[in-house]
Amino acid sequence: MGDFTARAPKALNDPTLRRNFRRAMDGLMAKRALQFQDRDAWDALRARGAAAKARVVARLPELLEQLEARLTANGIRVHWAETTAQANAIVLDILRQAGARTVIKGKSMVSEEMELNHHLEAHGIAAIESDLGEYIIQLAGEAPSHIVMPCIHKNKAEIAALFAENIEGLGYTEDVDELTAAARRALRGRFAEADAGISGVNFAVAETGTLVLVENEGNGRLSTTLPPLHIAVMGIEKLAERLDDLPALLALLPRSATGQPITTYVNMISHPRRDGERDGPKAVHVVLLDSGRSRVHADPELRDTLRCIRCGACMNHCPVYSRVGGHTYKFVYPGPIGKILTPQLEGLDCAGDQPHASTLCNACVEVCPVRIPIADILVRLRAESIDPSGSAAVKGAGSMRKSLESLTWKGWALMHSVPLLHRLGTWALSRLGNLIPAAALPPLSTWMRVRSRPVFAPKTLHELAREKGYGNE
Amino acid sequence: MSEARANILARLRAARRGAVPDRPDWTPPAYGPDRLARFRAMLEAVHGEVIEVTSATWTERLRTLLAERGVTTAMAAPDLGLDAAWAGRGPEVVAYDRPVEAMKDRLVHDIQAGITRARAGIAETGTLVLWPDAAEPRLLSLLPPLHVALLRLGTLADNLSALMAEQNWAAGLPTNLLLISGPSKTADIEQTLAYGVHGPKELVVLVLTDL
Amino acid sequence: MPADRPRTVYFFGTCVIDLFYPGAGLAGMELLKRQGVRVVFPPEQSCCGQPARNSGYFDEARAVALRQMRAFPEDWPIVVPSGSCAGMMKTHYPDLFDGRPQHDQARAFAARVFELTDFLVNVLDVRLDDRGPPLAVTWHGSCHSMREMGVVDQPKALLRQLANVTLVENPREKECCGFGGTFSVRQPEISAAMVADKVAALEETRTARVVSGDCGCLMNITGAMARSGSPMGGQHIAEFLLERIDG
Repeated sequence: MGDFTARAPKALNDPTLRRNFRRAMDGLMAKRALQFQDRDAWDALRARGAAAKARVVARLPELLEQLEARLTANGIRVHWAETTAQANAIVLDILRQAGARTVIKGKSMVSEEMELNHHLEAHGIAAIESDLGEYIIQLAGEAPSHIVMPCIHKNKAEIAALFAENIEGLGYTEDVDELTAAARRALRGRFAEADAGISGVNFAVAETGTLVLVENEGNGRLSTTLPPLHIAVMGIEKLAERLDDLPALLALLPRSATGQPITTYVNMISHPRRDGERDGPKAVHVVLLDSGRSRVHADPELRDTLRCIRCGACMNHCPVYSRVGGHTYKFVYPGPIGKILTPQLEGLDCAGDQPHASTLCNACVEVCPVRIPIADILVRLRAESIDPSGSAAVKGAGSMRKSLESLTWKGWALMHSVPLLHRLGTWALSRLGNLIPAAALPPLSTWMRVRSRPVFAPKTLHELAREKGYGNE
Repeated sequence: MSEARANILARLRAARRGAVPDRPDWTPPAYGPDRLARFRAMLEAVHGEVIEVTSATWTERLRTLLAERGVTTAMAAPDLGLDAAWAGRGPEVVAYDRPVEAMKDRLVHDIQAGITRARAGIAETGTLVLWPDAAEPRLLSLLPPLHVALLRLGTLADNLSALMAEQNWAAGLPTNLLLISGPSKTADIEQTLAYGVHGPKELVVLVLTDL
Repeated sequence: MPADRPRTVYFFGTCVIDLFYPGAGLAGMELLKRQGVRVVFPPEQSCCGQPARNSGYFDEARAVALRQMRAFPEDWPIVVPSGSCAGMMKTHYPDLFDGRPQHDQARAFAARVFELTDFLVNVLDVRLDDRGPPLAVTWHGSCHSMREMGVVDQPKALLRQLANVTLVENPREKECCGFGGTFSVRQPEISAAMVADKVAALEETRTARVVSGDCGCLMNITGAMARSGSPMGGQHIAEFLLERIDG
């Protein structure tokens, strides 16, 4: 339960990691700010994008059926998975039926949720990540530390060493163009020989049965075009209702994520290869993954979490994320969105400390392009984590309740709602508070590790206000 | 797995319905007479090149730009008529006239430039709209290190919204529709931009100003 | 926002000011009084309830919030020398009572809440006459004052009215100081890293003092300054302004 808290110091005490994140986050924040300088335009665009995603969440069951019908009519096979295990089994089954031995992958957070690569490897199928960042961390045997820029925790020297060790014929070089060209060469062959491509989905348009993928590198296009089989994995919430919802969403996503007006490629797939066409996969499958999302959807307040378009702006602007990095969160989704999503998907009993790892500074709320009330949801999850009533909405609710803590808050509430008790309590604190040994109050001694002790004033403002005649007359 | 489908939909349906908000008005920007200037500025900002040509001059301009880059093998649809226009003075022009399975090696290793038409352009973001078809397949704009696109000025729209509405995309989309804004790039290594990571290193747009 | 200048206002002192910084509260009331406004400090007030709400103890937060709503019965503006407590009352009281009988009361109450510097600038339109010696200071705005109350420029406008005071802005001004109430003790290492960075950023201004409108942040920042032997100190803006106009 205290995992996040226990892991944080390791990251905090790693100066290289701290520098890598600080530098990267500063750059991303500055680039995003340049994109939204016109306040009115930002407000209008964001309102449109938030409404588009709020409509999806509100109409989710109908839209999923519509999407399924349109995709099917377009010749794309649709599969449903309640759990990541089911999703893995579906993907494996499709690959086996096609006799596929090697898979080339585009970036997909849902496939990270599924730990798909491990699953495929365990069944004799090699899955190669082709997004440069994902390729780098696959070589390093690590997990992504950011949902948009998976290897943001690594600097050039670390990547140069990794490439020199792993790419045949490449010596140590920190030249980014050379490193990039080496990855291109290494991966070109992999694309050409892959039996299948696996990708994620940014938006699946219910109206037309279209899978929309955004990217800069072209590896996503290659993964979804060159191999004879394409499997897309997506969460059940990643829909757009209509095609004309896309312009606002596409204007928000890359600008919020990396400060780009648009990504190099917006790849809209509506069919497998048709008769007479020269390329494209002959079969396209979509796997719709629930894995806890329908539970998030059940609660009218918490379901706003499902609006997320995975831009990562919340983490880029988060003073906590930028100091501890993505790996401290351990789960797939780090940063503010992770702090509200992970406890809902995994349960408060295993990620219950994450909603507390926030100052509620609202920096994420300010930049979220689809207006997810992240801070309110964090607080709601804190409440769920101590809610003893059995009817609570979230898995693991009540698991963090401690009777001494509850009792303390009850006493606190009593003192602050009964004026006589408040008067007595504050009188005592102002006279005796400074005499309490810090060792007797663990929060105080924790506070004093890096700060001086707060000093109670000899008289409270209540007393001074009365003396000066400010009271009710 | 239809059981999974039934269970997921049942859970979603069991939830308390929330309000379905209206879509508030949002008007993306328009550029009037500055449309081409906007398109150019945006595309150049992402390392793309924009060259103004006419229907009379474009083949020659294309020939010289390929020559400048040392291109000896280009790929283009035969109906563009490049062989005839160049009359042996240009690079070899290969047609993408067989399934990718039969073309893979050449596409991955040999072809130095892919030449395609754009169905439209978008000024706001400096974007090309491609609807790949049998004559100009999907990989033509992706595998060769240089992509040259022909864009008729008359098809340049202010923004994506306007274009979608004007061409009624919702009525029928191609197998694959592409929005392309610049050459392939990555910033995965220390946020340093590098071009041509998987797709073209270079994107040149020939704008036919008389069409 | 009242079009007319109110004749009487309530002052909500906040629990942190009550116990640790009463001088800031008195200064806030004095500033209002000097504008010709009658200031009433209801003694039944205690705390806005934010600590409980932010810890997920909603019932306890509601009990305390109800007590505050009862303590300020007249239809006068409620001026709060803290953007964080003001944000709690303005934004979260209505949420806390959503779907409950007291919802309308909470909304009406929230509508009367003002952050002190916003009230001085936008309602009272104060003009400050600086009588102090030349001094350079820097400003720290709290996250909730900026992002819940929209108070960004108001306090700086007040500081800029002071003829002999130079306001030196600090880098990362919008970044949280790492206080976050119970966060500071639940995540002590992260909080410590944040406040260390905040102190370093403030020190970059080479000013002697950081002025802020929130005593929670001040307790955190000046506590870390004192502990690390920083030459800087901090002060609530109400006390600072009063000190300047008194010379």
